Amino acid sequence: MTDAFIALDHVEKVFEVRRKTGFLKRERRQVRAVDALSFTVERGEMVGYIGPNGAGKSTTIKMLTGILTPSAGRLRVAGIDPSRERTRLAHRMGVVFGQRTTLWWDLPLIDSYRLMHRMYRIPDARYRDNLERLVERLDLGDLLDVPVRQLSLGQRMRGDIAAALLHDPEVLYLDEPTIGLDVISKTKVRDFLRQLNADRAVTVLLTTHDLQDIEQLCSRVMVIDHGRLVYDGALAGLHGAGESERTLVVDLARELPPIEAPAPARVVRVEGPRQWLAFPASESAARLVAQVAARYPLVDLSVREPDIEAVIARMYTERGGTPVAEPS
Amino acid sequence: MAEAPPYTLPPARSRVTEGLRAYRMIAGMWIRSTLAYRTSFVLTVCGNVLLTGLDFVAILLMFSQVDALGGWTLPEVALLYGLSVTSFGAAQLAFGSVGSLGSRVRDGSFDTLLVRPVPVLAQVAADRFALRRLGRGVQGAAVLGWALVAADVEWTATKLLLVPVTLLCGAVIFGALFVAGGAFQFLAQDAAEVQNAFTYGGTTLLQYPPTVFGRDLVRGVTFVLPLAFVNWVPAAHLLGRPYPLGLPEGSAFAAPLVAVVCAALAGLVWRAGLRSYRSTGS
Repeated sequence: MTDAFIALDHVEKVFEVRRKTGFLKRERRQVRAVDALSFTVERGEMVGYIGPNGAGKSTTIKMLTGILTPSAGRLRVAGIDPSRERTRLAHRMGVVFGQRTTLWWDLPLIDSYRLMHRMYRIPDARYRDNLERLVERLDLGDLLDVPVRQLSLGQRMRGDIAAALLHDPEVLYLDEPTIGLDVISKTKVRDFLRQLNADRAVTVLLTTHDLQDIEQLCSRVMVIDHGRLVYDGALAGLHGAGESERTLVVDLARELPPIEAPAPARVVRVEGPRQWLAFPASESAARLVAQVAARYPLVDLSVREPDIEAVIARMYTERGGTPVAEPS
Repeated sequence: MAEAPPYTLPPARSRVTEGLRAYRMIAGMWIRSTLAYRTSFVLTVCGNVLLTGLDFVAILLMFSQVDALGGWTLPEVALLYGLSVTSFGAAQLAFGSVGSLGSRVRDGSFDTLLVRPVPVLAQVAADRFALRRLGRGVQGAAVLGWALVAADVEWTATKLLLVPVTLLCGAVIFGALFVAGGAFQFLAQDAAEVQNAFTYGGTTLLQYPPTVFGRDLVRGVTFVLPLAFVNWVPAAHLLGRPYPLGLPEGSAFAAPLVAVVCAALAGLVWRAGLRSYRSTGS
């Protein structure tokens, strides 16, 4: 049988949720976290996996990594059934959970890498090469002797990514790799991932809330909602993503009627002296700010980037609220 | 940067070998983490010796008022205490961390252990490995040493051999309790107290002679949860006392069998718990 590198065929995950409805009384309810999910990912692809909270993203990743056993369907990664051969697959995959570190908190960063070296039984020469390369690429040289607890969030994320790659995995799963990072750290992480995928043909599957991660990294994006795949294709094809909008939030000195903004910017919400203006993501915020500031008593302002939720919400509204059943 | 050379998996090894190796590595990391705060470590070890030693102080206080407890003299009770506390200390050092599995499950960090290529039980057991727990075993061993000299034992080669065998089996029995109790936390994450009742409760119970307890309790501790083999039965043999519940003469040497059965059952419970976690994710 010739499977794709990652192959899911009608994979389901059903949880039984018990809820207390009174003293000792419990209500049982089945929750279908993942429902007849089918997709394939070829070796060397870099795929964005997005969806609202609770859509089934994490459940999918947990099944792909062998943490959870699917309730039904067939799932293969590199020809291996992850839930049956979890430890064998572990040698061939890397996982980065954005919100929890696998590094040793009180010890210098290098100690965590030495542990990986031994735990994954990486041949010495290979470990040295990989460490040297990752340290250079992720700019970790000055951090190796620093206890992990003293690292910034961005430094720690880079440290975590290196830890997940020391054993040369064929596939890398990243769960929110840029969450909470500043702009410079995000750029460093993205540059690194792009290079990793290009040079070493590592298959990458990443979940994110940051549309820019997808824009800059992934040629393909899969959208999951209510446990079903609702979109699979290029980012440009995702309705609304191409013409996504940013929001300028302005605080005026007093309550005023909606700002008469130059088109295509427009006021979408007014709350007392605070007003929200939507404008195309491709346009400069500076010009709009200057125009507003010239004519209105401006106290404060902020610009919000478009997020995945907004794109998905637009996707639904533009399709009349019905997600496609089986995308291409 | 060249494409990665073709990947060759490291040769397969038995899960036991892998588990022991992983345990050593992870425990080593935690020891070094602890030693990052050296003074704090020394203080907690001393604190641990003193705190766990209070149990023996309580026994000493009792003996300042009475000459015997349930017919057992101070050195005899000290023998019970030493056997129970030393084997418990060893089990707690090696497996005590399994008891905090529930919090790992609750905060989701348990998942990070499941994506590694080494057995999960070894990782959980070595998790937050606390060398300070040595305090309990050291203190128990000191009491045991004194009891072995002070108690009225007619030493034979068999009896000499029985002491280390009993300690080892006791440690395995308590270790099995820690593992089974930890596995129960897959189902009920806040069940740590239930486990503590059996482990810490068990070792405290065993510090007193069986003759001070009701017959039903002794039955339970012998046949249901076989803690009696940690010290009551072997100590009765060493001291030439009647066995609890009139058990047959050979039962003093049944501890290895009991320990193996306990370990096997704990292994099954662990596997069932892990399987349940992986199908429910909670």
